[in-house]
Amino acid sequence: MRELRVFLRRRSAVLGAVLVALNVLVALGAPLIAGVDPQALDVKARLARPTGEHWFGTDHVGRDAWSRVIHGARLSMIVGGSVMVLSFIGGLTVGLLGGYYRTMDNILMRFMDGLMAFPGIILAIALMASLGPSVVNVIVALGVVYVPRVARIVRGSVLVIRETSYVEAARALGIGDLRIVALHILPNCVSPVIVQGTFIFAAAVLGEAALSFLGVGVPPQIPSWGNVLSEGRSYLQQAPWLTLFPGAAIMASILGLNLFGDGLRDLLDPRLRGVQGASRES
Amino acid sequence: MLVYVVRRLLAVIPVMLVVATVSFILIRLAPGDPASVIAGPYATGDDIARLQRSLGLDQALPVQLVKWWGRLARGDLGDSIFLRRPVLEAIFERMEPTLLLTAWSMLVAVAVGVPAGVVSARYHNTTVDQSLMAFALIGLSIPNFLLGLLMILFFGVWLGWLPVAGYVPLEGGLWLNLRSLIMPSLALGLVQSALIARITRSSMLDVLREQYILAGRSKGLSERVVIYKHALKNAIIPTLTVIGITFALLVGGAVVIETVFNIPGLGRLIISAVLRRDYPVVQGVVLLIALTYTAINLLVDLAYLAIDPRIRFR
Repeated sequence: MRELRVFLRRRSAVLGAVLVALNVLVALGAPLIAGVDPQALDVKARLARPTGEHWFGTDHVGRDAWSRVIHGARLSMIVGGSVMVLSFIGGLTVGLLGGYYRTMDNILMRFMDGLMAFPGIILAIALMASLGPSVVNVIVALGVVYVPRVARIVRGSVLVIRETSYVEAARALGIGDLRIVALHILPNCVSPVIVQGTFIFAAAVLGEAALSFLGVGVPPQIPSWGNVLSEGRSYLQQAPWLTLFPGAAIMASILGLNLFGDGLRDLLDPRLRGVQGASRES
Repeated sequence: MLVYVVRRLLAVIPVMLVVATVSFILIRLAPGDPASVIAGPYATGDDIARLQRSLGLDQALPVQLVKWWGRLARGDLGDSIFLRRPVLEAIFERMEPTLLLTAWSMLVAVAVGVPAGVVSARYHNTTVDQSLMAFALIGLSIPNFLLGLLMILFFGVWLGWLPVAGYVPLEGGLWLNLRSLIMPSLALGLVQSALIARITRSSMLDVLREQYILAGRSKGLSERVVIYKHALKNAIIPTLTVIGITFALLVGGAVVIETVFNIPGLGRLIISAVLRRDYPVVQGVVLLIALTYTAINLLVDLAYLAIDPRIRFR
């Protein structure tokens, strides 16, 4: 409870939590909030200004931008959440194995170093080249990018935890490796991972937007913030609303996640207070 | 110290091997085998089989991998399927804009980020600090391509100060070249300066709590000397670390920004290669960028040695 109060006292963290919650609600209720189908064409109203009928205006084929931005929120939450989970699963597995079984450590970590030698977005683009454009492939590509980042953090914690006296005691009692790792080591290295998770979430949302903007992310017919911005780019002069509204949506979403992450970090890991990690490696 | 340098150099080798291997795997993740992609949709089964033999694709994977390492060691990245010429040639042709864009953005990022961080720490918890950090937070939350689009909208379309897109090569004159890079570099650099500002600020705040700062102040040193001579020198080290990361983010960002501003650099090359399924080009660009990034990180690590004597004696 005391921790919760610390969190609530930071207004920025609360603002972050509110923005994230809002984003989740919009994502869940997208079809209701959007009103119209994001694919529905209103050919007479191509590139229409924002009006009472089309709040955010319409795009070059007359699709409702409000509906597309709202559905984009849903997609970015799906991508962000899935990438986070995927990087947790991969990162925890690699980190626990490497940290606990020292023989595997060298090979696993060299492989992780190799993956991290590619700037994130470049690796994602290369993976998308081979996998082909789809939502699942975007999730896989970004997941691969963030696994090494989680793995490094986990491995670092495991190296410290495995030397503690309670792990030694457990080993002396003859408890098996699997039980030690699952019950004694894993729970103690979760909190830095969770903190990193919010930043990975944010980076994945940015990554999806960037990949789709470049035309190598989710297929163009699927409403995504990156796709809306990419299509709007050709009409920047005639229809700036196609850039301004989805842009504002991305910023609010990322800002929320960053603020929330900062708050969470202060809560779970006071040692890192004030240091923004290398989380923006998108 | 020599031991440290040698060990650091040796550590690059496994990374390079993994990088080469990953780029080898990449091309094989694609549906269908590379030979049928290269041969095109109208090729017969015979054509594909012949191509497989000539490319060595009929050999066992480990054999292919070792051969690939050997080719890379000789600097042979293969030929582009679409452009019908060596990949390395195509890359060199497109390198200028990307290099210039990255360099200018780095300059912007450091020139804005470091002073902002120092000022923020100096006026800790004042309005100045808070507004600078609010800006940094916005910088961390805005994707570089969005900032690029917004800048085009304001400075290109509405105010008409700068060209909305396009690139003038160095040959076309220094000023015109610079003019075509102002907005892209600002879009990319300003976003990165946010991270640098935050790190510089927090490491300055740590250093300012040290005893020797108190000692300096109590012997009557001016605040300027304390901040710039004593504190900044010590606080700059974490900032140097992020320069390596910043480089990766800038190169990645350059790829995206080139699309926003229609700059014919490596970014456009790799994206068009992805869309045309020209795998050797994708592989080559990715590999080259990874090698450069590894080299930069190596240089950053070695730069510590020069700057921080404490590391030399570890």
